[in-house]
This record gives sequence, C-alpha cells and structure tokens, in this order.
Amino acid sequence: MHDVNKSTGPVSTGPDVASGRGRALPISVKSLTKTYGAFNALNNVSIDIRSGEFMTLLGPSGSGKTTLLMVLAGFVRPDSGSVLFGDDEVLLLPPHKRDIGMVFQNYALFPHMTVAENLAYPLKLRSIGKSERQDRVNRALDLVQLGGLGDRGIDALSGGQRQRVALARAVIFEPRILLMDEPLSALDKNLREQMQFEVRALHDRLGITTVYVTHDQREALTMSDRIAVINDGQIQQVDPPQRLYERPKTFFVASFIGETYRLPVDVTNGTASLFGQPIKTGGPLESTALQQALILRPEMLQIADGGPGPDENQMTGTLRQTVFQGDSIVSYISIHGDHEIAVRSQHRSNQTLPVPGSQVRLSWLIQDTVILPEDDQT
Amino acid sequence: MTATEHTEPLNKQALKRQARTQQRNELSLSLPAFILVGSLVLVPIGWLFWLSIYGADGFTAENYIRLLHPSYKKTLITTFELAFLVTGLCILLGYPLAYLASQLKPRMASLVLLCVLFPFWTSLLVRTYAWLVLLQRRGLINTWLMDMGLIDAPLKLAHNFTGTTIGMVHIMLPFFVLPLYASMKTVDLSLLKAAANLGASPVKAFWQIYVPLTLSGLGAGVILVFVLSLGFYVTPALLGGGRVMMWAMQIERSMAVYADWGAASALGVVLLVMTLGILWAFARLTGAMSSVEGK
Repeated sequence: MHDVNKSTGPVSTGPDVASGRGRALPISVKSLTKTYGAFNALNNVSIDIRSGEFMTLLGPSGSGKTTLLMVLAGFVRPDSGSVLFGDDEVLLLPPHKRDIGMVFQNYALFPHMTVAENLAYPLKLRSIGKSERQDRVNRALDLVQLGGLGDRGIDALSGGQRQRVALARAVIFEPRILLMDEPLSALDKNLREQMQFEVRALHDRLGITTVYVTHDQREALTMSDRIAVINDGQIQQVDPPQRLYERPKTFFVASFIGETYRLPVDVTNGTASLFGQPIKTGGPLESTALQQALILRPEMLQIADGGPGPDENQMTGTLRQTVFQGDSIVSYISIHGDHEIAVRSQHRSNQTLPVPGSQVRLSWLIQDTVILPEDDQT
Repeated sequence: MTATEHTEPLNKQALKRQARTQQRNELSLSLPAFILVGSLVLVPIGWLFWLSIYGADGFTAENYIRLLHPSYKKTLITTFELAFLVTGLCILLGYPLAYLASQLKPRMASLVLLCVLFPFWTSLLVRTYAWLVLLQRRGLINTWLMDMGLIDAPLKLAHNFTGTTIGMVHIMLPFFVLPLYASMKTVDLSLLKAAANLGASPVKAFWQIYVPLTLSGLGAGVILVFVLSLGFYVTPALLGGGRVMMWAMQIERSMAVYADWGAASALGVVLLVMTLGILWAFARLTGAMSSVEGK
C-alpha cells in the first residue's frame, strides 16, 4: 500500500523537482479486460512499460487507449487483470492513493485558485509546510517557464500557459509516474509542435515514467521512446517509432502510421511474387498464407532509369499524373491495370518530369520490403 | 503611404458619429424595460416613501417615531430569526438535494426536479392549509405518532414558530434548489478527478473543490430565500396561528388599526431599507471572500 503522505519510491531524492531521477517506476499491465455492454474497450491487454520510459498509446478514437490510461489512473475499474507499479499491485487502490501525476485533456485547472494555489494544492494535501511549498511552487513555475505568473488567475492564462501549469501541477509532488491524456490537442499547430519538444525535454529532465495518449501519429513518432498502437481494445504492436514505421506487424499499424499502399502478392514455397514476378525479401516471410500483401510507402519508391540493382526490387507501371508540391513531387502510377500507388520524390530544379501515359520502372530496397498476410480487416 | 496622407481626416468624424448613433440605437432597445421598471417599481416605491413622511398636516416623522415602540422591535427580531432559520434549513436540505439531482442521469434528474417544482403549481394558500391539516393538534402526523405509541400527548406542531418554520422551508426550498442546481451543472467533473489524482480523498475534493465552485449558486439561493422570507405573509399568518408576528403582518395590522397609509408605508420603507442593507452586506462579504481567494 502506498500512502500519499510518504515518499515510497525506491530512492528518495528529497524535495527537488528537477532531480527526480531514480524515483521512476516501471508499469506492468497484465490481461486487462474492460467491457461496456457488448463493447470491448480493453480486450486482454498486456504491456510492460520500462522505468523512465516515454511510452505513447496511439490509436483512433474508441480504440481503448484512453480507457487504458484511466485504468492506470484509477478512474476506470476494469473487469479483470492486473496493474503493477514497480512490484505493487495498484488495481484496488483508489485514485487518490496512487501517487501519480496526470495531465488532463482539458487541463482541469481549479478555476477558483490562482496558478500558485493550483500548484500548491497537491503539496498541501501532503502536509508540506508553507515555506517549502512556496519554494517548490516557484521552482516548478521556473521549470515550465512561467516564473512570476503565480498570482494570475486561471482565466487570465493563454492555452499554452494553462498547458504548462497543468504540466507543473502534475509533477510538483514528484510522482513516480506521469500520465498524459491528449494534452496538446487543444493547442494550435505551432504551439503544439513547440510543446511536444518541451514535454519531452521535461520528461528527460525528470526521468519520470511517462504514459502519453494521442491519436496523432506524428506527435507519437516525435516524442516517444516506444509506441503502443491500439485498435479495437487490443495492442497491435509495441516498438520504437522507427521500427514501427519501417516494420509494421499488422495492416492496421501500416495504414495508421504514415501513407501506405497495398499490392496483392501470391506466396508459394516461401517466395512472394507480384503479378507473376518474384520479390526478394530481407528475411523469411512471417506467414505461409498464400494470399498476402506488399506494403509500399510513397517515399520508399523511386522512379528508376535502368534495371534493378542487386539490393532492389522493381516493378513497372503507367504514369497517370504528377503533382508538384513544392518540396516534393508526387507521381500517381497504376500497376497492372487498376492498382494505383503514389511515389514521392524530392524536388530538384531543372528536373524533367516523365510524361503522363508513359511506362515507368519503380524500384525499392529489399530491406524496405514488407509483406503481411491478408486479414479480414481492410 | 501617400494615399493615406491625402485622405488625412480618414473619416474620423463620420466614424465617430456612426459609433454614437449605434450606441443610441442600442440604448433605445432597452427603453421599454426602463419605462416598465420605472413605472412599476421606482414610482410606487417613491410614492410609498412620500406617504410615510407626508401626512394630513404636512411633513411628519410621526410614523417613524411610532416604530420605536418595543412591540415593533420584537416583530423585527422574530422576522429575522425566522428568515435566518428558514435559510439555514434550506441550505441543509437543499444542498444535498441539488447535488443528488445534478449527479443523476438526465431522466432521473428531471424527475427529481419535477418533485421540487411540483409545489410551485399549487396555490400557496392550498399548500399552507395542507400543512395545517398535517401538523395541527389532531392532524395526520400527531394521530399517526400517537397510534404507533411513539408519543402520549400531541406535539405542538402548528400555530407556533415550529409550524411556521416547517411550512416556510417547504415553500422556499424550490427557490433555493433551482439556482444551486444550475450552478452545480456547470461544474466540470474532471476537476474532481484532478483533485483525486493530486491526492485528495473524496471528502476533501468535495469541500475544497466542489463546494467553492458552487458558491455562486448557493449565494443566489440564499439571497432569494432570505429576502423572500423577510417579507412573507400568508404562511406565518396561517401556520403561526397569531403567535408568530412577522413584519409583513405588522404592516397589515397598521393598515387595519390606523386606517392610514402613512403608518404602513413607514413599515414598508424600514423593511426595504433593511433588506437592501443585508444585500449590500452580503455582496461585501462574498466580494471580500473572493478577493481573499484571489490572492
């Protein structure tokens, strides 16, 4: 059992917000299930989050990512399963005894308190003396670059400032775990991108285990150590951003992250062929299914001048249209009749574009070749 | 650059005129309301005040000097006692009720609110007589209690201060619950989650977050009930059985005894001034509280 009034982390580093390293705890989720009527919000979800890791739960709305976060925070009671913070089972602990920081989607700042009072609230609840409270509030304000704004009312703050206050309030009592529920979704694009870096910088500085929920794949790729892609209450894949992008394990992951096109391939004796033409792969195929699909991304393809190199695959198609987009040129190419794919190439000046209707060769690296078995999802 | 220099006046005067015209038009929209409030509120009050200081023999303070008599002081104390008690009981009963209604699902909430509002659709007089039927010496409550053997002699529930209080609380409760319910509906419940997440037990979150956020509705309800109670007539007259003398009843009596508008008007003016004084004090108090919280 954790008492909020005591610091029970394995290493207590004293009251310095900025040196919370070592207090982080790993999270271990096992076989979580939560149903609402006939709807499976969480379907046997297991995931291990390392100590000090920045883990993003990525998925479309209704995928169960927020439900999972709310189970961690203690606001949703699952039907079954287990949640460990470190070695302690916390599933039966009420939210106010879990001692974890959380940034809510709408910030949830107390409107009847000033910025400083909002920050001091969790410290008051932990019976921390007035002078130390003041000290820590000031340091937390500096941490999120809001020094001197302590006396402001919440109404007098901009969206970005509220975001920072919410962040400061979530970490001021040195929680061992930080949860964030789409915290940047209310900000405009420029501010959002700036805050992504600030949130990540704060995480690195505090070394706190962070679970971040978003539906924005770019945000997830930018900020995370690892990303857990969730769909239909199930975890599809947990991997670092680059691996997730380059080696998606399911169609859902491939299509949810980045732009993808699929071409049907036939598999015989472990060899894939695209419209009768064999394709080389980096390793053995994951599945022996006869009908599989080749996953292609526009920027992995190149319009080739000659035949395939030793480390390349190649196919031919008919150029339908080219679109100039400034930094890049997108060519839409039909393969074998009715399969259309796009190729993105970098813009170079004085470049002559192929004429629509002409035959083009497309090549891509063997190591970029991803072939996944067809499933019932489309 | 040069273009703006050439048209130097930049229509400054015309734009200003336009702004003034617009302001006048907007003001004229509220003119009917001004006239209505003026003719129905300000004029009668002014007339009342005039009557209280201007008698048959010209200006006089006689009507006010008469109020220094001890019997008026007793009435005043009773009036305020009852108003405070009724307001306090409304808070105790109404806050949990409004809270319940605000937490229920919409369908159940409207059912609860319907129960709160239902008495509104019945005449005040009928409701008061209904309480009399329930509370009197041989009324339903006393009969039941005696039949069950809980009491030997009937309780004195009607024709006294107790009966008046019960009736008044029942009649005032909707006035208290409705503004409070409205302000409770606007409280963002994620704030309570945030409080819990920061380490506040449900009891602490309720007192430190929820109650402060509903203070505006609470204040509105308190003022409504208190002010209405100060001037209440029917219920105290019937349920008090003549033993509870309220200020409004004193007004009625002076009309009967002195057959003179002056005496009654003076009583009305005193009640009005005291009510305004209390509203002012209340505004000062809550204003001071919110400015303390703002620090």
